[in-house]
Amino acid sequence: MVEIRNLTVAYGAVTALHKISLTVNAGEIVTLIGGNGAGKSTTLRAISGLIRPRSGKIMYQGTDVTGVPAHELVARGLSHCPEGRLVFANLTVDENLRLGAYLQRDRKRIAEELDFVLTLFPRLSERTTQLAGTLSGGEQQMLAIARALMSQPRCLLLDEPSLGIAPLLVKSIFDQIVALNRTRGLTILLVEQNANLALEISHRGYVLETGRIILSDHAAALRSNPDVQEAYLGA
Amino acid sequence: MIEFLQQLINGISLGAIYALIALGYTMVYGVLRFINFAHSDVFMLGAFVGYYAVKKLGVPVGGLAGGLLVLCLAMSICAIVGILIERLAYRPLRSRPTLSVLITAIGVSLLLQNLGQSVFGANPKAFPRLFPETNLHLGQLSITSNQLLVIAVSLVLLAGLHFIVHRTKTGTAMRALSFNATASSLVGINNDRIISFTFGLGSALAGAGGILYAMNYPSIDPLMGTMPGLKAFVAAVLGGVGSLPGAALGGLLIGLIETFVAGTGWSTYRDAVAFAILILILLLRPAGLLGKSRSDKV
Ligand SMILES: Nc1ncnc2c1ncn2[C@@H]1O[C@H](COP(=O)(O)OP(=O)(O)OP(=O)(O)O)[C@@H](O)[C@H]1O
Ligand SMILES: [Mg+2]
Repeated sequence: MVEIRNLTVAYGAVTALHKISLTVNAGEIVTLIGGNGAGKSTTLRAISGLIRPRSGKIMYQGTDVTGVPAHELVARGLSHCPEGRLVFANLTVDENLRLGAYLQRDRKRIAEELDFVLTLFPRLSERTTQLAGTLSGGEQQMLAIARALMSQPRCLLLDEPSLGIAPLLVKSIFDQIVALNRTRGLTILLVEQNANLALEISHRGYVLETGRIILSDHAAALRSNPDVQEAYLGA
Repeated sequence: MIEFLQQLINGISLGAIYALIALGYTMVYGVLRFINFAHSDVFMLGAFVGYYAVKKLGVPVGGLAGGLLVLCLAMSICAIVGILIERLAYRPLRSRPTLSVLITAIGVSLLLQNLGQSVFGANPKAFPRLFPETNLHLGQLSITSNQLLVIAVSLVLLAGLHFIVHRTKTGTAMRALSFNATASSLVGINNDRIISFTFGLGSALAGAGGILYAMNYPSIDPLMGTMPGLKAFVAAVLGGVGSLPGAALGGLLIGLIETFVAGTGWSTYRDAVAFAILILILLLRPAGLLGKSRSDKV
């Protein structure tokens, strides 16, 4: 579904990614693990069209989408739930969710999707008229994920969904992610600090270190890899 | 008392015009975070579109329909010009520092003023009568129909703007973009298109302001935008740049203050007072009356 080849991304003089290559097949959950500043968010930003790579190629559903702006990729079923949530604090929860379906014209489909995400995150349904900026951190994270789902994506890029969230809630969010993958066949590329949990629900994983992919394997193999255990799983 | 009411009405009708112009400054600031100094010249252009619509195109005026037609024409042409200015002058600088864009805006402003002088001529022109004019007398109070018209048209435009910004999808997209451009593009909003729309909307309001202003002043000229433009800018800052209700309130206040100052013995200071206010706000409350430091900015 997503294929990156020899991707190099730089911010001015700082090169964040050095010729990385990775693949996410349709129907997979793939995790990208790596320390702070490894380039995980940068990888997602490049795929979703937020930043233009310096060189390399990004394929999405078999077509070259390198340099295609973010808003056009949303129309093709790619949805990116960014680091730091970026919910529209000045808008209500309801407005945030409806903006998630900005490109959907069919009102009935919007209503159905709204119902769907609100059953996924019942906490939000009690707060639809509240300004998003007044939600708690965890609620904002739910809103960010729900908003990303409103566009009915085929492929979801999730950047640290567990950040700043109570463990119990993290568990429930991860359960929802797995459910989406199972029931809807949603392809997911996940970035997580909590590598243990992420690998538990993933099919495969990549390890990123200072802008380079140093390891890629099945999730189970990564979890039992002593180097990975030491560096990322806190073993 | 009568004197006070009289000044109040004068002040409101002047303030309504400042409010219309201030909204354009504040909307553009909301989506692009810079002050579009060419905005005041779009206002001037609105007045000239009105002038030529009557003098050259021969739009029949003096009745309500003709006047409104001229108003719509000015708003449409100004909207197009506003969109073109953004497209040609500002968009190529999108990734540059704000200062470059600000300097460009001043350049565009000078360009429009000089183009105006060479195309329209530098001499003041008498603005034609667009609407039927009468004086209404309420006791000793005398109100011109033009003043009422200015207030009525402004209210309709403000209501329309409120509807667009808060009840339509495009308006919601404007608010989303003004909060965070990355997030808005991630939900599928084409930011460039929303920015164009914002320029069109703000410029249409400036065009309407130009017509309404010209109706109450004897003549128009290519530099006429400068003073009202600066005052509307002060109004936007007073209300809190980025806040739509703030711009409307700021415009009204500046109009009222200016009128009351002019009505006292201090009338030579009527223009200076707006700038004194600007300095005071910047010192005392830089976020403006209704501005918040971050959220709720359009
Ligand atoms: N806007 C930017 N300007 C300059 N450098 C940046 C920018 N964004 C990221 N970087 C740099 O690029 C590198 C990779 O950043 P990135 O955000 O992708 O890391 P990350 O793996 O997501 O880290 P974290 O786990 O802390 O979120 C870092 O060295 C960072 O300093
Ligand atoms: Mg990151």
